[in-house]
Amino acid sequence: MSTILIDGIAYGMLLFVMASGLAVTLGLMNFVNLAHGAFAMIGGYVTALAMNRLGVPFLLTLPLAFLVPALIGAVAERTLYARLYRRSHLDQVLFSIALVFMAMTAADWLLGSSQMLITLPGWLQGRFEIAGIGVGRYRAFLIVLCAVLVVALQLVLARTRFGARLRAAVDDQRAARGLGINVGGIFAATFAVGSGLAGLGGALGIEIMGLDPTFPLKIMVYVLIVVTIGGTASLTGPFLAALIIGTADVAGKYYIPELGAFLIYLLMIVLLILRPQGLIAPAR
Amino acid sequence: MTDTTFATPLRAEPAGIERRAARDLLRRSRCKPAEILFWLAAAASFFLLPDRHLLLSEIAILGLFALSLDLIIGYAGVVSLGHGAFFGLGAYVAGLTSIHLTGEPLAGLALAALAAGLLGLLTGPLLLLRASDLTRLMVTLGVAMLLLEAANRAAWLTGGADGLQGVMIAPLLGRFEFDLFGTTAYAYCLIVTFVLFLIARRVVTSPYGLSLRAIRDNALRARSMGIPVGPRLLAIYAFSAVIAGIAGALLTQTTMFVSLDVLAFHRSADVLLVLVLGGVGYLYGGLIGAIAFKLLQDWFSALTPQYWMFWMGLVLLVIVLIGRDRIDALPRAILRRIRKEGRA
Repeated sequence: MSTILIDGIAYGMLLFVMASGLAVTLGLMNFVNLAHGAFAMIGGYVTALAMNRLGVPFLLTLPLAFLVPALIGAVAERTLYARLYRRSHLDQVLFSIALVFMAMTAADWLLGSSQMLITLPGWLQGRFEIAGIGVGRYRAFLIVLCAVLVVALQLVLARTRFGARLRAAVDDQRAARGLGINVGGIFAATFAVGSGLAGLGGALGIEIMGLDPTFPLKIMVYVLIVVTIGGTASLTGPFLAALIIGTADVAGKYYIPELGAFLIYLLMIVLLILRPQGLIAPAR
Repeated sequence: MTDTTFATPLRAEPAGIERRAARDLLRRSRCKPAEILFWLAAAASFFLLPDRHLLLSEIAILGLFALSLDLIIGYAGVVSLGHGAFFGLGAYVAGLTSIHLTGEPLAGLALAALAAGLLGLLTGPLLLLRASDLTRLMVTLGVAMLLLEAANRAAWLTGGADGLQGVMIAPLLGRFEFDLFGTTAYAYCLIVTFVLFLIARRVVTSPYGLSLRAIRDNALRARSMGIPVGPRLLAIYAFSAVIAGIAGALLTQTTMFVSLDVLAFHRSADVLLVLVLGGVGYLYGGLIGAIAFKLLQDWFSALTPQYWMFWMGLVLLVIVLIGRDRIDALPRAILRRIRKEGRA
């Protein structure tokens, strides 16, 4: 029971790291980006390839798994996404679906359709016991790492000048621009960091969710669910939502495997009926 | 649509506006020569391309499916990522009808339409929760995923991942056998598509259809004009679901097979792509898009059999980046230029 709870929390934390970038893109720029999972896939492939082909140790690949998607994200934001901020949601959906299809086929073409496997370092394998509860070492590592990331994100948003500017741009783009804040630059930087975090999440998730060219579609649903349920007003909402979805998914697959992913979609629809604005609604 | 006056009968209005509205409605519903030409060409394809009937049936089905999506996206402004749910439900209901009840194709069609319409009525209210596109996207996607999971788990009913085996369809009207070359199938698909198209055309050119456009353009203003936004959206959503269900049923009946594939996400994404290829909001977009989609798919698969999705994605990307309205305006601009030169 407790083991499942811990697995669920680890899974939820991972989902949050992947979804946080999307939460900001959706909340800040009101951009429906279905291609967020593609960046997660890139991060996963960076880690898998660096480990399997170049023999880089797992921990050292993680910064790479952040940087490469962040760089690609920054380029894509400036060249493609920035043109679509003012378009209709239908255009944004079509555009990002096109990106997803292209990313999936490109991954298939370049790297083959088989599952990517990695071998975790010895100290992350196996499990240990705390107060009689079995905890997987990797799960514990995930929880600690993601918790650090969550706290860091929250601090950046709440305490730094960049965070203040970002929040200003969220609340009122025009006023922020009028105050001399470079909204375009902030969008680009935020988008890049969000893509990087997605990539990091993808790299950390290989062990739990697997990695193959269909990954962007698989993760898209989960990440969108997290953001929709959480609401786009703050990062607390998506964080709560990620924990709920992660725990429900793991517990559901363990206790009622007949239901499969059914539970998640049902949970999403019920939560949306109860709280159509998301768990934490905007204060406006 | 800014110059359109809506045909809501307001007693205080002078009679002139009502007359103008009636005339406008009549003008919209009048059949244009290009439309007659389109359907004549469709009918001619039946006789001129006898060895392509299988492909043509697929195009007709895809076109009908895209037409149903056009009704909600193009006319009501409801973006859906899960329209495949209705298509898939219709496909399964038609398959199950033929196995457990009767092989008569029209009965299967009716039951599939009924089931899809009911699902539309049941899930439609979810769309009205909050008129945000994201919630609508997620709710429609969620319903489609839910249905896919349900079909996957209920293997005793649907055959699960193996697909539904043993679909047998009786001859159409007790006379026309479904043959290997798809001749009956194509005639059947074409006629059903044509009839549903006429109904859909009647619906969108009616005052009701105009009120839908008002909702699409500005829901708040439409409501303050006295248009009941919720019930109107629900009605068109259910109607669109019925047509999507019939399209799914046609697929089952012409291929005599149903698999989980009919409910997969790529169905919903493909049909969006088809609609965008053809153009949103004038009903023919779905049909023309289906022709373009199948031709492109054929061409790309010939180039790179496994990776045609990449090129399809690229086409979509370019369309969106150039701007759909700009592409839609292109033929009209060319026509105008030709006319101008003709006059000069």
